[in-house]
Amino acid sequence: MQTRKKYIFLTFLASWLLLFFFGGDQLHRFAFFSGRKAEARRNWPRWTDRTLLKSFADPEELQRDEDPSLLSPRERRAAWLSVYRGSRCRMETCFDFSRCERHGFKVFTYPQERGQPISETYGKILSSIERSRYHTPNPEEACLFILSIDTLDRDHLSGQYVRNVDEKIRGFPLWNGGRNHLIFNLYSGTWPSYTGELGFDIGQAMLAKASFDTQSFRPGFDVSIPLFSKEHPQRGGDRGWLHQDSVPPKKKYLLVFKGKRYLTGIGSGTRNALHHIHNGKDIVSLTTCKHGKDWEKHKDTRCDKDNVDYERFDYQELLHNSTFCIVPRGRRLGSFRFLEALQAACIPVLLSDGWELPFAEAIDWGRAAVVGSERLLLQIPSAVRCIHPERVLAFQQQTQFLWDAYFSSVDKIVHTTLEIIKDRLSPHRSRSRFLWNALPGGLLVLPDFSTHLGDFPFYYLQHGYSPSKKFTAFIRAVSQAGSLSQPILRLIQAVSASQYCAQIVVLWSCEKPPPLSGKWPQSAVPLTIVQGRGKLSDRFFPFEAIQTDAVLSLDGDPSLSTSEVDFAFSVWRSFPERIVGFPTQSHFWDPEQGRWGYTSKWTNELSIVLTAAAFYHRYYHSLFTEYLPAGLRELVDGLAACEDILMNVLVAAVTKLPPIKVTQRKQHKEAAGQQAECRDGAAGTPPPGQRSPSAPRSAPAQLKGTAGSRRFSQRQDCLNQLADWFGYMPLVFSQLRLDPVLFKDQVSVLRKKYPSLEK
Amino acid sequence: IMCASAKYNTRGPALIPRMKTKHRIYYITLFSIVLLGLIATGMFQFWPHSIESSSDWTVEKRSIHDVPVVKLPADSPIPERGDLSCRMHTCFDVYRCGFNPKNKIKVYIYSLKKYVDEYGTLVSNTISREYNELLTAISDSEFYTDDVNRACLFVPSIDVLNQNALRIKETAQALAQLSRWDRGTNHLLFNMLPGGPPDYNTALDVPRDRALLAGGGFSTWTYRQGYDVSIPVYSPLSGEVDLPERGPGPRRYFILSSQMALHPEYRLELEALQAENGESVLILDKCTNLSDGVPAVRKRCYKNQVFDYPQVLQESTFCVVLRGARLGQAVLSDVLQAGCVPVIIADSYILPFSEVLDWKRASVVIPEEKMPEMYSILQSIPQRQIEEMQRQARWFWEAYFRSMKAIALATLQIINDRIYPYAAISYEEWNDPPAVKWSSVSNPLFLPLIPPQSQGFTAVVLTYDRVESLFRVITEVSKVPSLSKLLVVWNNQNKNPPEDSLWPKIRVPLKVVRTAENKLSNRFFPYDEIETEAVLAIDDDIIMLTSDELQFGYEVWREFPDRLVGYPGRLHLWDHEMNKWKYESEWTNEVSMVLTGAAFYHKYFNYLYTYKMPGDIKNWVDAHMNCEDIAMNFLVANVTGKSVIKVTPRKKFKCPECTAIDGLSLDQTHMVERSECINKFASVFGTMPLKVVEHRADPVLYKDDFPEKLKSFPNIGSL
Repeated sequence: MQTRKKYIFLTFLASWLLLFFFGGDQLHRFAFFSGRKAEARRNWPRWTDRTLLKSFADPEELQRDEDPSLLSPRERRAAWLSVYRGSRCRMETCFDFSRCERHGFKVFTYPQERGQPISETYGKILSSIERSRYHTPNPEEACLFILSIDTLDRDHLSGQYVRNVDEKIRGFPLWNGGRNHLIFNLYSGTWPSYTGELGFDIGQAMLAKASFDTQSFRPGFDVSIPLFSKEHPQRGGDRGWLHQDSVPPKKKYLLVFKGKRYLTGIGSGTRNALHHIHNGKDIVSLTTCKHGKDWEKHKDTRCDKDNVDYERFDYQELLHNSTFCIVPRGRRLGSFRFLEALQAACIPVLLSDGWELPFAEAIDWGRAAVVGSERLLLQIPSAVRCIHPERVLAFQQQTQFLWDAYFSSVDKIVHTTLEIIKDRLSPHRSRSRFLWNALPGGLLVLPDFSTHLGDFPFYYLQHGYSPSKKFTAFIRAVSQAGSLSQPILRLIQAVSASQYCAQIVVLWSCEKPPPLSGKWPQSAVPLTIVQGRGKLSDRFFPFEAIQTDAVLSLDGDPSLSTSEVDFAFSVWRSFPERIVGFPTQSHFWDPEQGRWGYTSKWTNELSIVLTAAAFYHRYYHSLFTEYLPAGLRELVDGLAACEDILMNVLVAAVTKLPPIKVTQRKQHKEAAGQQAECRDGAAGTPPPGQRSPSAPRSAPAQLKGTAGSRRFSQRQDCLNQLADWFGYMPLVFSQLRLDPVLFKDQVSVLRKKYPSLEK
Repeated sequence: IMCASAKYNTRGPALIPRMKTKHRIYYITLFSIVLLGLIATGMFQFWPHSIESSSDWTVEKRSIHDVPVVKLPADSPIPERGDLSCRMHTCFDVYRCGFNPKNKIKVYIYSLKKYVDEYGTLVSNTISREYNELLTAISDSEFYTDDVNRACLFVPSIDVLNQNALRIKETAQALAQLSRWDRGTNHLLFNMLPGGPPDYNTALDVPRDRALLAGGGFSTWTYRQGYDVSIPVYSPLSGEVDLPERGPGPRRYFILSSQMALHPEYRLELEALQAENGESVLILDKCTNLSDGVPAVRKRCYKNQVFDYPQVLQESTFCVVLRGARLGQAVLSDVLQAGCVPVIIADSYILPFSEVLDWKRASVVIPEEKMPEMYSILQSIPQRQIEEMQRQARWFWEAYFRSMKAIALATLQIINDRIYPYAAISYEEWNDPPAVKWSSVSNPLFLPLIPPQSQGFTAVVLTYDRVESLFRVITEVSKVPSLSKLLVVWNNQNKNPPEDSLWPKIRVPLKVVRTAENKLSNRFFPYDEIETEAVLAIDDDIIMLTSDELQFGYEVWREFPDRLVGYPGRLHLWDHEMNKWKYESEWTNEVSMVLTGAAFYHKYFNYLYTYKMPGDIKNWVDAHMNCEDIAMNFLVANVTGKSVIKVTPRKKFKCPECTAIDGLSLDQTHMVERSECINKFASVFGTMPLKVVEHRADPVLYKDDFPEKLKSFPNIGSL
């Protein structure tokens, strides 16, 4: 009993103490307690004659701005060219914009010379450029030039250091003092100071360099890239490690570091101090002295104990189980650790003063990392503890988005570099900072399509827009003899009866001219005929005639009713970034053959919606045509029936989400073989023998004859080639179908909005 | 450690220990004493405010003529020139700022002095109206401190806004003798008109060593990124002229140039544009034949036509802002105020506050060499985007240009964000105009993740005393393959839950949480016991859902983890007669809500419900013992902007309002109450966030002509 009383009084005392602790700040300001009345806060005086004060400049002076007219703008710009060179290069002084005007942004890579070995990493960078849609083999067309000399490792102690670069580049007729050249570099300088020294004169070339420091970085001219390892994949790349959003972040550790401690030299200051924040519980900061050959010479009293602790924890385990990861500078400013933490959704806490963060021109790092100061290391634990759980969750998600959008492969890093440079060429047609930092990321948003956010399928919610209330029916017409088949007439009628249909656009892809306008059915909506170029990829060409956000793509005469169209459109308006359609198919991993399989059987899952009858956003036409490299479209043009798989793969790669299947009245007669092609195979120019004369979208169960099976195996090939090209399989499964709310419910049909879907 | 953040309760609301009456009295006494203490402190919290506001009376009332005079000897030291390599980590002393829970830097202002040289001649005008306004704004702000020892940033009262109005060497000497100058470390200078004839440097020429410069008209060569702050050139017209915001839409002119002192070369290029494109381009110049008394700065002329400036700016869609001798132009401020989209033609110019403002949303930047293409470039901008840029331009002016106070506070905030980056203001807060902030949503679960199936879900059953029914629900739910844990929230304080041995034996852990009070919000508390992302909220009488249906619901939730995925759907409707919202539970073709009597959702929403529910909704729900599900629907829709997903066909649910469908008597009052809830919540949220959709989710092969045994979820929709 006594103890209880004691506790009560203790609590009582403690509460009063607490009250004073919290309230004390106010109390001592309170005159009654402190007697500081005479010294009340001294603010800036309210001058009695403040209204009489003169303005800092009289209006005339502000508006006139006394132009001295000494130097005309043209002369001034010419003068700049000679003054602002070298370390003061800017786009307007060291870059020749006129080279990019005629052919647009084209990138030329110097041909590789024999006997000139390049590192694996540089090889990847070059092949990324060659794979990009900006590559040109013709230097005349080029706007930007990339050397074939490996300049990644400029540490002259390194084995990959290339000698006599100066001599070599001076021998290049295209060098032109480095103008319009981009030089990639990962390592510069060497022991002991690790400066930005490259060991050759870059002239007026731009630098895309890792570990850039803010002082030598030429803003708006250079590009800071992340340091990445030899093993970094060429394409695709692993997904991030965040699989669930938990709040509060239930991870074992709050903050971790495990790495080398430099005993001497540059960067040792920060790394030497890291052990101070180690508490052995939620903050684990481990260092080892073991590095280099002669570490034992420099070793200090901590080393032995530290080395023992160091071995007790596994780096990967820490990375996986911590909310924050310290990313301190190494000898150079950047480290591999940065990308590793980003991928692991371990929020990087940067301790690398003066580092120009990777792609900082585009990326807002404040949303994905804590930019700490090396000098304030000891404040870091309390600072990160104070970050709200919601903010932590947002940080984690942002690390994953950035990793996946810009860093997970060499392709992405290189393409981001190119896009940043391209954006500088025409500032009015470039991505705003918002676009770079919101899903799906800058690479997938083409400013040439539009600069208005509302024109893309991704930002409706973030900006309070809504997708257009009407759609365009885009029909690929195939006809045997220049006349229209019955199914297509029925289709046009059914679609144009929809109250949401704004226009019908017919893609005429036969060589024979389309029927005269009188032959087309009368409909309430305008009908436009566009002529294709005879390629399969035509059906995803961004025709100007398509004027609504929503496209209803129709091909092969599916039999659709007006209610089906209406309902599907209402669903699409809820999911404007996805493909919403009727017949679906699925892919699967075939472990026996070690490849992707493809099935059109009825399954419980789906991952592909056939674009023969589907709604999607018209922006995907632009992505398909402008974003995908020409090689991929050629692949599709060569294979029969691959273009819709590519479209599905593209949309899944952009959204990371499955397509959506909606109710269809009855199964489309897929294998009916009634889909006619132009007689002479004019739709598409596939290599002979690769294409069946009549190409039914058949289910394998119903396969009859070789034509069907060839088509089936082509689709399977297509799937595998696309997975290879993207570097991973972007398609995502869905187990659901969206039906009208009262679909097949036991209630009077009179109550139902879409009764005809149930027949 | 004191965090500014509110710490989340890690325990449930249930855990007040039960005690004997005897001790209760102690606790009550203790409690009342603490309460008294709190009230007392609360009062103290109040008092100092009135003291602070009264500090207005205690500030000195003096004339500027009375400020002390300081004589500068001719040989007094001059600071080094500005150091171009300065960055925050090299030239700024962060230790002065320290870690504080508010994450605010402290700014000190030196007191005003008059500086004279050896001969007694003034070094500069003592202080300009604008600089006085700027210092007043800082002094009134949260950043201000009068304690020089606690300051992180120092602002001299020496006015260097206009370089032409001061003597460079002597001003530098005046700076150097400031008490804490220390090579200019942590000192902030404000300058709007840098440079002077003939070369017009783009940064202040006064030697200033390491001092930070907030300058108007930096070029990329003088701006030290991440150290200096680029500020606007203030236009005094902002204060004089009231231009009401003009709605978006077509305006009389497409391109307008209003600057008077254009270089002839630029003027020629503009005139060429006008010749090409006719009347949609208007190139104004100064007026030559104005009668006396009319201020030249407020008029512009084209041939014989006279226009009022700056009103004429509102007549145009785009307004040209060309560089003059300096890069920063006051006309930019006038143009933004008029809601005209600035076309900025000034190579190498660092736009005001470019560190945080996204100028691509409010302006068009055109390289000087591309001036001839200006018309076609502007023509290519979609109309909708132009309207947004107009709105954005006006917003930038209102928030960051309109007064010296706005300029001062934005500058300090930028520096503050560098020092406390983890508490920095976000892109959206800087850039989104209020209308966008209001209509847009930022989904807290924005990353498209499909949670792994292996995680499973936690079923949370809220129960009071229907033990038999509860046990049936537990048995049914435990058959669902992906169930990973079952949590029973025992909401009855008067009765203990059944003994352990009586509970059904199930294959997953079963936990019982007892609550302190019978409140509906207990159902949505983020219990630590919930370890999965997915939560299935289920009433203790929902026994009609099959295992297939529940498992399918979970699969659907995995595809839409940021939504409410539930079984019975409901709708809200606008009642035109009553002019208010109405709740609807009839057989409708649309849904906008799902009942949380059986619904999957992300655990995150439990946090939101418990800690971030707007207004008094939470208490209101607990007081009325109703509508917690509607509140949850509002909350989720408001934060994600997305609709609910109703899964599987309609079933007979045992719930008060379902009796209507059963043909029994309609519980009218219940419906009225539910409608009231909707109206109440809509008014608290200030909007109707619920989204109406026409679809529900079924398994891919639902009702398809396909062997049932091959379907993943055959048992769906059975009654």
